[in-house]
Amino acid sequence: MNHIQNAATAHDEPVIQTRKLNLWYGDFQALYDINLNIRKGIITSLIGPSGCGKSTFLRSVNRINERLGYVRIEGSIDVMKQNVYAPEVELVQVRKQIGMVFQRPNPLPISIRDNVLFGHNLHNRDQKTSRSEQDDIMEAALRQVLLWDKVKDRLNHKGTSLSLEEQQKLCIARLIPVKPALLLMDEPCSALDPKGTEAVEELIWELRGDYSILIVTHNMAQARRASEECIFMLMGKVVEHTSTEQMFVTPKQQQTADYIEGRYG
Amino acid sequence: MNKLSIQADFDRRDFDWYLDKLMQVIVFLGGLSAIVFILGIFIFITKEGIAFIFDTMDPVEFFTSEYWYPADEDDPEYGILALIAGTASVTGLAMVVAIPFALGAAIYIGEFATGKTREFLKILVELLAAIPSVVWGFIGLSIMNPLIIKLFDVSVGLNVLNAGIILGLMAAPIMVSIAEDALKAVPDRYREAAEAMGATRWQVIYKTVLPAAKNGLLGAVLLGIGRAFGETMAVLMATGHSINLPTSIFDSVRALTATIAAELGETAVGSDHYNALFTIGIFLFAITFIINLSADLIVRGVRKG
Repeated sequence: MNHIQNAATAHDEPVIQTRKLNLWYGDFQALYDINLNIRKGIITSLIGPSGCGKSTFLRSVNRINERLGYVRIEGSIDVMKQNVYAPEVELVQVRKQIGMVFQRPNPLPISIRDNVLFGHNLHNRDQKTSRSEQDDIMEAALRQVLLWDKVKDRLNHKGTSLSLEEQQKLCIARLIPVKPALLLMDEPCSALDPKGTEAVEELIWELRGDYSILIVTHNMAQARRASEECIFMLMGKVVEHTSTEQMFVTPKQQQTADYIEGRYG
Repeated sequence: MNKLSIQADFDRRDFDWYLDKLMQVIVFLGGLSAIVFILGIFIFITKEGIAFIFDTMDPVEFFTSEYWYPADEDDPEYGILALIAGTASVTGLAMVVAIPFALGAAIYIGEFATGKTREFLKILVELLAAIPSVVWGFIGLSIMNPLIIKLFDVSVGLNVLNAGIILGLMAAPIMVSIAEDALKAVPDRYREAAEAMGATRWQVIYKTVLPAAKNGLLGAVLLGIGRAFGETMAVLMATGHSINLPTSIFDSVRALTATIAAELGETAVGSDHYNALFTIGIFLFAITFIINLSADLIVRGVRKG
């Protein structure tokens, strides 16, 4: 426990800071006045019942929500002190520096090697990396997600041919060469079996410290195991944001306590 | 009398049972009819053409001679090389015209256009596919012909260029439809994944969507070729219909299909000429069958790679 505390105090400045964030899907308001300071270098989990807006919030940090076309936003989300909704912001840069892992593993239907190098090759087009440099980058990324030994003999197989657990690890591996500062994870284990969940959770825990991680989860035990701070959302509003320990032992709000005890959700 | 004393009646056959069986038979016959018709057509043209193949035809001459003089009473010659060259050149040029147009339109409709624009364009493409081929031929004859003469300063505007453009425009709609289906079949999470990695719109399409859809796109091109290859009326009107091994796109040519359409009515049933036209029909049938079959196999992804 002690080293976690140290890591936490060393990174007191926020990686994500939102001010009066409101979001609408068409006429439906999904987020109400979200004011959050999410700290750098730790794992923060977002919990709450289905439809509470936790995924919506996550997906508005890297602006992937805008793909839907009918999303409207007011307020600001500062990531590393820069508002990602400022007019001069380039989406490509936002998404390069903010990595995302999705609910359903979504490796591309290309080789494992090309999957890992996809982002790297997109963002390093001006300086050509030689094949051996690429191989090193790929190996390092696959090693970091504990996948190298399993796939090193079939790097030319399609990424989509792997098991779901391996696919999700591959989806994390492809973020590493791009060196994002912040990782967003949208229920990264919900499509996996218990063993896969354990493996991916372990991996997320390994990445702690190198990255700031914001993880949406349905799974309360997972939030408790795998995160240092916890945000509880309900009906588009933030109810409580404290250290995970405190939230699960002595929640301040009655609604939080009810949810954690399983009275709804 | 309570419920427990009711006798089992599990073998009862009511009206719905008979209706179900009847419908099964009707639907089965409907499915069977496709096979019956295709076999019937194949048997019919083979029967008419087979006499020529075994009695008169010199296979080497048939495929390598550029002289098609079936009406010569003393020494008729049956060489379809020039006709093959005519069909091939027109189809080839049609694909040069149609592929960029069709892929561009499919990518725009499938990946960029939204809402009403998209629906409107799809309806337009379908309308384009519904234009009768004789109308296209008419456009070739009365609009393209003088235009080509004027623009390129050639004596005849009914040539490979004219027919190629017309056929390209005719083949494009079906290619757009099939290609758009192929793009639509690419799961959206691939696009989302690539976008979340910081790919631009074009990079998403070029690096993710097109590779994932390549079988379907190839199938679309092959079906377009099949469409252009089998087209008759428009090529009859726009090629100039003169037997020729083309050396430039301004040469008039004659297509295999147009030859059958133009000559069949003027031959005596059962004559060598008549049978020879059916042999061309067998040849056409075989080629289009191969093209469509491979398009089908590719779309289904039997040949992955």
